[in-house]
Amino acid sequence: MSAADRIVFEDVSKFYGEVLGVNRVELSIPPGITTLVGPNGSGKTTLMNLMTGLVQPTGGRISVLGIRPGEPERLFRILGYCTQFDSFPRGLTGYEFIYSYLRLHGRPARECDELARRALERTGMAGAADRRIASYSKGMRQRIKLAQAIAHQPSVLVLDEPLNGLDPMARAEAAELFRALAGEGLHVIVSSHILHEVDRISDQVVIMSNGYVVAEGQIHAVRGEMHQEHPLQILVRTKQAAVLASRLFSRDHVAEIKVHKDGQGLLVSTRDPDVFYEMLNGLVLEGVVDVESVAPADDDVNSVYEYLIGPEGGPA
Amino acid sequence: MSEWKLWAAQVAAIMRLEVKKTFARKGTIPVYLLAFAPVLLFAIHATAYARGWTTCSGSEDLVAYAGVFQLFVLRAGIFFGAVAIFMNLFRGEVLNRSLHYYFLAPVRREVLMAGKYLSGLVTAVVIYSAGTLLSYWILINHLELTKSRALAGPAMADLPAYLGVTVLACIGYGALFLLMGMFFRNPIIPAALVLLWESFIVFLPPLLKKLSVIFYLESLCPVKVPFSGAGAIFAVSADPTPAYIAIPGLLLLSAAIVLAAGISIRRMEIRYGLE
Repeated sequence: MSAADRIVFEDVSKFYGEVLGVNRVELSIPPGITTLVGPNGSGKTTLMNLMTGLVQPTGGRISVLGIRPGEPERLFRILGYCTQFDSFPRGLTGYEFIYSYLRLHGRPARECDELARRALERTGMAGAADRRIASYSKGMRQRIKLAQAIAHQPSVLVLDEPLNGLDPMARAEAAELFRALAGEGLHVIVSSHILHEVDRISDQVVIMSNGYVVAEGQIHAVRGEMHQEHPLQILVRTKQAAVLASRLFSRDHVAEIKVHKDGQGLLVSTRDPDVFYEMLNGLVLEGVVDVESVAPADDDVNSVYEYLIGPEGGPA
Repeated sequence: MSEWKLWAAQVAAIMRLEVKKTFARKGTIPVYLLAFAPVLLFAIHATAYARGWTTCSGSEDLVAYAGVFQLFVLRAGIFFGAVAIFMNLFRGEVLNRSLHYYFLAPVRREVLMAGKYLSGLVTAVVIYSAGTLLSYWILINHLELTKSRALAGPAMADLPAYLGVTVLACIGYGALFLLMGMFFRNPIIPAALVLLWESFIVFLPPLLKKLSVIFYLESLCPVKVPFSGAGAIFAVSADPTPAYIAIPGLLLLSAAIVLAAGISIRRMEIRYGLE
C-alpha cells in the first residue's frame, strides 16, 4: 500500500511554545477504523488537528492520502473532521449548517441540498433539521457535527470523541455508522475514551501518553508484544480445574494460576498463549479434562491501556 | 469548474453567511448609531429652521456638512465602524470558537480572507452610504427651503463625491482593520494608535501625511474645511493629492493590505484554548 492510500506521520512533533503537544510521531494508518486512545492531554486532539491542518507541526511531515494538510482546498475535498469544538456559526438551523458548509465547497445549490438531506438522514437528524442548532441537546449537536463531517462523502473521516454526549442507543447507532463507513473503504480515525466501544469497533489502535505514541497496531498484536511483561490471562471453565492446574504448574510459560472460588474455573497467566492453547487441546483430546469455555480475560484495549498507561491515565 | 469560477462561488457562499450575520449582529448597533448620527443632526437643524427656531445661510450649511463629514463621518464614524466590523471578522470567530467551520472547508485561506473582507465591505458600504445619502438628502431639501435654494443644484453635484469618499473610506479603513484583527487580541490599542496617527497627520510634513488614509480621503472631498483654532498655527499645509492618484493609490494600498492578511492567514492555527 503506497503513501497515497495511507495517512502518514513522519517524525512529527508539535510544541505549543514550551508545552509538548506530540513528539516524534511515526505512523502509517491504513483504511478501516483506527482509534486513538489515551488520557486527557496525551496528544490525541493535537494529532487530529495536525492531520487536518488546524495546527501546523513544529517538525516532521504529514500526508493524508498523498495530500499535505497545508492545502485545505485539496484536503477537505477528501476529508471530513468532526471536532470536539462545541460551537457553531450563530443563528443557523441544522440544515443550514450542513447546506452552507457544502456551498463552501463550490457545489451547486441542488447538489448541496441533496447531500445535506442525505447526511441528516444518515445521522438521524432529519427530524430536527429545521430547528436552530442553539436549541439542540448535546447529543444532537454531536450528531449534526457528524453529519457535517460526512456530508461531502469524504474518503477520510476524523472524529474527535464522537461518542461523547450520546445516549447508549445513539452510541450504538454511531458505532454502526462508523463500521459501515469503514466497510465502504474509508479511513475512519476516532479518538475515544470509551474503551469498550473502542474495542468493539476498532480495526487498529494508537495508544498515546504524554505526547508519545506508546503502541500502535491491531489490538491483539499490541497485546501479543506485551506477553513477557504482562502474561495473557486466560479464563478456562472446567469441572476438572484442579487436574488442569496440576498439569499446568510445571510449564515454563505459565506465570500464575488462580483457581476460581467455585472450583470450576482457572485463570491462567501465560507468556506463550499459542503453546498453552496447543497443550489444552491435547489434554481435551486425551480426555484428561472437559472444557466448557476458554476466553482471554485481558486481550482488549482496556487491559492494554491499563498495562501501558495505568488505570487512571497515570504511569503503569 | 475553473479555479476562478470556483473561488467566485466560494466567495459568494462566504458572503451569504457573513453579510446576514454582520448586519444582524448586536455588535453592529454602534455602527448604525455612528452612521446615522449626522442624519439626526441635520434633521434637527432642518426642523429647527422650518419652525423658525434658528436662521442659517445655505453656504454655511454646505461648509458645516463638509466639516461634519470630514471630522465626524470619516474620522470617527467610518473609522470606528470599520474597527467594529472588520476587526471582528476573524477575532469574533475566534472568540466565538467557530472559525474552524471555515477552516474545515476546501477553501483556500486567501479566498476565505477575500470573502470575509467583501462581506465586511458590503455591510460597511451599505450602512455608511445610506447615512451619507440620507443626511445629504436632508441638507438639499433644507437648502430648497432657505434663501440659498440656488445652491441646492450645485450641491447635488457633490453627492457622488461624498458617496465615493464614503466607499473609499470603508475600503481603506476596512483593509487596515482586517489586517490588525489578525494580529491583535484587543482592538482598542491598535485602533487608538491609528486614530492618533490619523488625527496628528495635520501637523506632520507633507511626506508623512501621505502615509495616512485620511489625507487621501480629504483630498477627494468636494468642499474644503478650513483648519481653525489654536492648533492651526502648528498645522502644515500640503497640496491635496489629485483624484487620479488618490483613488487608485488607496485601492492599491487596500489590495496590498488584504493580500498581506491573506498570506498571514495561511499560517493561522485554531488554538481557541489559548485565546
